[in-house]
Amino acid sequence: MTGDLLSVVGLTKAYPGVVANDAVSFAIREGEVHALLGENGAGKSTLVKMIYGLVTPDSGSMTLHGAPYAPAEPRAARSAGVAMVFQHFSLFDAMSVAENVALGMEEPPALRDLATRIRDVSETYGLPLDPFRTVGGLSAGERQRVEIIRCLLQDPKLLIMDEPTSVLTPQEVDILFTTLRKLTAEGVAILYISHKLEEIRALCDHATILRLGKTVGTCIPRETSARAMAEMMVGSAFAAPARADRDLGPVAIEVAGLSLTSPGQFGTALKDISFAVKEGEVLGIGGVAGNGQDELLAALSGEALAVPDAIRLKGAGIGRLGPSERRARGLLTAPEERLGHAAAPDMSLIENTVLTAAARENLMRNGFLKWGAAEAFTRKIIAAFDVRTPGPGTAARALSGGNLQKFVIGREVLQRPEVLVVNQPTWGVDAAAAAAIRQALLDLAANGAAVICISQDLDELMEISDRFCALNEGRLSDIKPAEGLSVEEIGLMMGGSHGMEVAHV
Amino acid sequence: MLRLEKRPQPSQVWTYLTPLLAVVITMIMGAALFAALGKDPVAAITTIFWEPLFGEFAFYYRPQLLIKGAPLVLIAIGLSLGFRAGIWNIGAEGQYIIGALTGAGVGLAFYPMESWVIFPLMVLAGAFGGWIWAMIPAVLKLRFGTNEILVSLMLVYVAEKLLAAMALGLMKNPEGMGFPGSRNLRQYDSAHNAELITGSGMHWGVVAAMIAVIFAYILLNRHILGYHIRLTGQAPRAARFAGVRPARLVLFCLGTSGALAGLAGMFEVAGPAGQVSIDFNVGYGFTAIIVAFLGRLHPVGILLAGLLMALTYIGGELAQSNLGLPAAAIQLFQGMLLFFLLAVDVLTNYRIRLSRPEVA
Amino acid sequence: MEFGSINPVLLLASLMVAATPILLAALGELVVERAGVLNLGVEGMMIIGAICGFAVAVNTGSPVLGFVAAAGGGALLSLLFAILTQFALANQVASGLALTLFGLGLSALLGQGYVGIKPPPIGKLDIPLLGDIPLLGPVLFSHDLMVYFGLTLVVAIWAMLKYSRAGLVLRAVGENHDAAHALGYKVVRIRVLAILFGGACAGLGGAYISLIRVPQWTEGMTAGAGWIALALVVFASWKAGRVLLGAWIFGGVTVLQLNLQAAGIAIPVEYLSMSPYLITILVLVIMSADRSRAPASLGRIFHASQ
Repeated sequence: MTGDLLSVVGLTKAYPGVVANDAVSFAIREGEVHALLGENGAGKSTLVKMIYGLVTPDSGSMTLHGAPYAPAEPRAARSAGVAMVFQHFSLFDAMSVAENVALGMEEPPALRDLATRIRDVSETYGLPLDPFRTVGGLSAGERQRVEIIRCLLQDPKLLIMDEPTSVLTPQEVDILFTTLRKLTAEGVAILYISHKLEEIRALCDHATILRLGKTVGTCIPRETSARAMAEMMVGSAFAAPARADRDLGPVAIEVAGLSLTSPGQFGTALKDISFAVKEGEVLGIGGVAGNGQDELLAALSGEALAVPDAIRLKGAGIGRLGPSERRARGLLTAPEERLGHAAAPDMSLIENTVLTAAARENLMRNGFLKWGAAEAFTRKIIAAFDVRTPGPGTAARALSGGNLQKFVIGREVLQRPEVLVVNQPTWGVDAAAAAAIRQALLDLAANGAAVICISQDLDELMEISDRFCALNEGRLSDIKPAEGLSVEEIGLMMGGSHGMEVAHV
Repeated sequence: MLRLEKRPQPSQVWTYLTPLLAVVITMIMGAALFAALGKDPVAAITTIFWEPLFGEFAFYYRPQLLIKGAPLVLIAIGLSLGFRAGIWNIGAEGQYIIGALTGAGVGLAFYPMESWVIFPLMVLAGAFGGWIWAMIPAVLKLRFGTNEILVSLMLVYVAEKLLAAMALGLMKNPEGMGFPGSRNLRQYDSAHNAELITGSGMHWGVVAAMIAVIFAYILLNRHILGYHIRLTGQAPRAARFAGVRPARLVLFCLGTSGALAGLAGMFEVAGPAGQVSIDFNVGYGFTAIIVAFLGRLHPVGILLAGLLMALTYIGGELAQSNLGLPAAAIQLFQGMLLFFLLAVDVLTNYRIRLSRPEVA
Repeated sequence: MEFGSINPVLLLASLMVAATPILLAALGELVVERAGVLNLGVEGMMIIGAICGFAVAVNTGSPVLGFVAAAGGGALLSLLFAILTQFALANQVASGLALTLFGLGLSALLGQGYVGIKPPPIGKLDIPLLGDIPLLGPVLFSHDLMVYFGLTLVVAIWAMLKYSRAGLVLRAVGENHDAAHALGYKVVRIRVLAILFGGACAGLGGAYISLIRVPQWTEGMTAGAGWIALALVVFASWKAGRVLLGAWIFGGVTVLQLNLQAAGIAIPVEYLSMSPYLITILVLVIMSADRSRAPASLGRIFHASQ
């Protein structure tokens, strides 16, 4: 097995009720970009956590450079030359860039020397970064640079990247790829996790495809069509959502000059946002995470209050009304975070139905709750949206991400909203559920509701929106018809390359 | 190695079993403690838990159960509302004292007039006193973002000093030959919180506690406000999304718990205690915290837990006089109960597993 | 008792003494909170330290052994909190309260034989030349060792948090425990160590009250000092240097009101003795507007699920 940097044989890891990885085997060669492809829940994360020493496999073995490799903890992985760029959860907001980098290193030099090295590396690879800035104030793209630099400073032999492009604009993705190609030219192998097929075709030398915890195939992406890979990944084809032609009605919701400071220390302020959505129309709002999506949803849902006329629903200023009053007037919302925001994890589905539907669906009288009616409405949601659950009394946290998301969207859709705002409606949801949710949004619009879909998934937005715009640092771009938009145009609307530059060779 | 594994949803069975398990473990550890103190552990445990209920002098102790249990239940019901919403009123002891002072103050102000309106006025004043004392941490929290735990607790010490000042000054009995303490309200018919049925221990405070239990039960299970309280405690962001106004909830929870604690203090000073004195407060406000948790913040649970805790007070006194068990041992015993309860509570949400040896 | 006059030099000197117990306890809690754990059991750990220190000092005749025992007792009690919150994943607020209630009960039981006894005296560190400087000498250079220990601890903790690797990791755990775990740091182990350190410091603070400040044993003698120490951490915005400043302010208020009492001022004693608690509330009001400095993971339960 010469040339193999890391080979994995029969790795298995089971969690209660689910086998996350079932005898997974594959090998990465030195200096190649190897893709790990699979749907959400296919077991990609568990697999890389085992390679990085965060999770111990139940059985199976790994070899690195021909020697047995079984890291007990990330520290051991790092000293063996394995580094990882995380998708979430690995930066410390209140600390400086240099401190964040130091925390990811085994034996960091003194902070001053480290700062110099950070500047050098960021210069070489085209990732400009000030070592003394506080990480909480950085954009998503800049935060990723911190992670990458943290890895590069340790001269890794294998760099694991978990969904690195989900936080980047198309232009930034190009620059990242240039950096990665430079690294592979220096002999570094990259394990690249993604479910974006075009990216993998552009970047990767080999791909291993996972489905439901098992290796279902390997391919050479450049020689394989995206469609063929998608079929291996998903297992069967899904019907693309059907769009009925529809006539647009009068303006349902209008936002004019909405500016809001963010309550959180590291949030994004909304700056002079204006748009209008007509009845029957779907407005897609794209943008890289952390550019004001959560804040915009909060401003629309009523969790954050604005001046009365900044938001007008059918002509009436509702900027100062709270969530309950807005719901009563027909403006419903579904936030991105399912557990803890859109639903209470430890409460039953029935109780979670009451969360937003109490007043609109007549689930209470004089403040006293009608639990029977609530249960009936919950059953209706479960049936209409094919929510897989043992019953309406099950706690929300016991449902899978996709099923809970179907419940959350179903809860709002079935209340017959006049305006529905959703944020990341299919994030972390399997393809079948995602298709169902998109179809439900389109059906809602076909029946005359105005739909605002905030998402970071450009394919999704292109699929369902009539018009498209993007959030960038709290500002909204111009709004353009979705049909016929090019990737370059979309990228520029999202803010271009945010000052990144191509690697200096 | 033992390993914790999160359950898909909270276990119903363990929700009910954990308090019982905690009581059993505490009894075993308590027996060991008493043995270590050189007392017969079996005798000590039976003296505490059996004698007051079924012993020779049970006819005397059983009413005591209601007298000691009522303030505990009344205060704990109020606290449980806040605890469920993540609003921590730790200063019930202070609100209890102030309720007693305002309640007794109204009574003493009317002395020696006799009228049926005096007692109801005292009840209102007691509730108001506790309410206003709890409004201080509430308003400071909303206006300045101060931590209600620390402020309400500091106010306990302030209330204790105020109590001393009143007992020695303003409210001192002018006919008390210079001894500290107020007039005895038990000798002032219009202000006396007397037993409703002689020898039963049943006074107005017991009635109030029962009403509070029923009120809390309906609130939490049937009313949108109770739902919002539970929601805020479990998922604060979801609560704001649902339209809950956190400020209102802070005012309601702190206000209600303060008013109930004030009521408890008022019923105590006008009845069992009889007068405002320096050592009027005996820690009900703190023990009620244990009661609230032991009752799983559930109204019916709190009722049972309050009676159990009252039993340890009475049995403890009995063990003190019969077996010479130190008073502190009972205090420790109560503290242990809360400890073990919190420790076994993990079983409600997690499963304990023996992890398999690693297969290489 | 001097009537009508308060000697400012003595006032400042006794301020240093009055500040020491809450300074020690607050420094310990500062480290615990920087690690992301809120331990409300400071009062309980202090009173356990007070009785452990007192009992050992009386029985061995050695105040030094007393302080060692106090640190040990405080740490041992905090271990219970660590087990509850880090292994049984119990609510930190409830566990801290349990610790206080339990500690008060246990200390009362342990202290039964010690009421009314005098502890062995502790020599003051009379620094020959410096101690003779007028004004500054008695204020700064004529105290017992623990006062200087407290001051040293302020500097040590400040330097540890700011410059050392251990301090960086501790802050990281308090800031984002999921990220720290993902990088391979042992979140639970680090937090348990921080909790034990906090317990030991609280124990020392308690023993300082029973062995030096009062010095004798009475039930519940810490009288809220542990809670004031908790408030002090908020006041200090989680910075070691400002804990010292805060401790001196509280020490000053305590000493001043005692002096006013002794001076026989017209206000009843009960009202004067409210002042430390009222000042605490006032300080909380002033300082709480800016909560941005609080460690982001403070009070949150950590369970490495996957």
